Amino acid sequence: MRMARFWRHGDRPFGWITLLAALLLLGLVGGIAVALWQNSALSRDAFGLEFLVTSRWDPAIDRVFGALPFIQGTLVTSALALVLAIPVGVGAAIFLAELAPGWLSRPLGLLIELLAAVPSVVYGLWGLFVLIPAVAKPLGVALNGSLGFLPIFEGPVFGPSRLAAGLLLSVMVLPTIAAISRDVLFAIPNSQREGALALGATHWEVVHQVLIPYGASGLLGAIILGLGRALGETIAVTMVIGNNLDLSASLLHPGYTMASIIANEFTEATFDLYLEALIEIGLILFAMTLLINLFAQLLIWRVRRRTVGQVRV
Amino acid sequence: MLGLAGLAAFLAVLPLAWIIVYVTQAGLPALTLDFFTNLPTPVGVPGGGIINAIVGSAITVGLGLLLAGPVGTLVAIYATANAERPIGTVIRFATDTLSGVPSIVMGIFAYTIVVLPQRHFSALAGGVVLAFIMLPIVIRSTEEMLKLVPSSLREASLALGAAEWRTWRNVLVPAAWNGILTGLMLAVARAAGEAAPMLFTAFGNPFMSVSLDQPIATLPHTIYIYAISPYEDWRAKAWATALVLIILVLALNVAARYVTGRRARKLGTVTR
Repeated sequence: MRMARFWRHGDRPFGWITLLAALLLLGLVGGIAVALWQNSALSRDAFGLEFLVTSRWDPAIDRVFGALPFIQGTLVTSALALVLAIPVGVGAAIFLAELAPGWLSRPLGLLIELLAAVPSVVYGLWGLFVLIPAVAKPLGVALNGSLGFLPIFEGPVFGPSRLAAGLLLSVMVLPTIAAISRDVLFAIPNSQREGALALGATHWEVVHQVLIPYGASGLLGAIILGLGRALGETIAVTMVIGNNLDLSASLLHPGYTMASIIANEFTEATFDLYLEALIEIGLILFAMTLLINLFAQLLIWRVRRRTVGQVRV
Repeated sequence: MLGLAGLAAFLAVLPLAWIIVYVTQAGLPALTLDFFTNLPTPVGVPGGGIINAIVGSAITVGLGLLLAGPVGTLVAIYATANAERPIGTVIRFATDTLSGVPSIVMGIFAYTIVVLPQRHFSALAGGVVLAFIMLPIVIRSTEEMLKLVPSSLREASLALGAAEWRTWRNVLVPAAWNGILTGLMLAVARAAGEAAPMLFTAFGNPFMSVSLDQPIATLPHTIYIYAISPYEDWRAKAWATALVLIILVLALNVAARYVTGRRARKLGTVTR
């Protein structure tokens, strides 16, 4: 009898098993941080914080490592991707949530979600053999011809380049931005729309004077989640960025990102310091995406929490 | 201005159409029966297929599913049972965090815990990294669906004297089964397309291997290798492999959505 009470007809061990699974999840998140930290000790001790701001990457002779070109490449390509994807993504979300009739909105939404499901390597393949010759190279030539005096459009023009990577990334983060923005707009209570329309606002005024300000933090969250995806994107970027330690500011030159240097050199790292420098780049990437995701979640969580009908002051 | 929003929606779906049409055009000619049944041939030797990558993807994704499926479901049960407590929030938070970790970073993690101790690349390491990638997807969709199950079902089962664990096993999980299935399908679709973490876990293998202890080829990794090679012949195979992969992934996604849509409607009627 006492045994039965202890086991509570099996509920107690069941509780332990689910608890164990939950702890496994928490351990996994913590484990990633610890493993990256510990396995980059050699590099962290050797270069300290200079690792972040120096640009020599020399595994062959002096064995000196600095991550600046990769950090810069990641930031530049991600920023370019956002600049291109935000207007299209938010515009598409407005169309899906506010303007399109249901018969059009649903299949279009499905197509945009499918775009998010296309594997990265297929994007890379398409980027390398279709997007570069059809869009990135001609666009680069045109930009260089008209605005070549600006350092960011300096020649010579290469096919595989930061511009190509930014273009491809914009396509890849677009479904993230569009789908989440659409959900944010859907979550805005109808009383907001009706109130504005009753006051005589046009459809467009409802969108840009009521819905966008109301959902601003949620839209920002969608954009930041898109940024998180762009920062960590690996194989597609590796295929189109040209993988070159070019230190110029030009978008038309080949570059490198944090993820692509890891993808390219991880299996070729011949000595411990080299491998640990690459793992430290992984650590920086992990920290960056972690912070960005925390921020995005906070923003989206705030919008969803707002109760229905609550007036925004 | 409203027309611009329509244009944006058109621009947003354009790449999908472009990719599907192009991959189909470029990949279809090389898709023969031999392509599915033969091993890769050296450059210049005609024929050759991707059977090793098909088998390798099945093994690594299968292993990932075997690890992430049960664990993910149990975590979702724990999170649902403790939804009101702080620990439930912590679990949800950790799940979202995990889904934001770049797959290449997951690859480094799997490298440090599987490849380094073993001292060689292996299908096991590939399966483990895919499990990490699948876990948040499984947890999230299972939890979403468990939340939709009306609490009257749970109360009825407990009132009949069933133990808590029996209620989960015989009532709640079956009621949410389609949601769990959706999560598993989306997770498989995502894992089947991951190339980056495979570079230094499964590593690739030009020969047939079914051993968990040996390096193994996968479909996305094969596409990558063929795509960046300088040989026309290999590039044609990259397109053909991409066509196989994209059909697999899109079919899984469409099927997953169909399954959830049906179930969510059904559960909706129960609550009412």
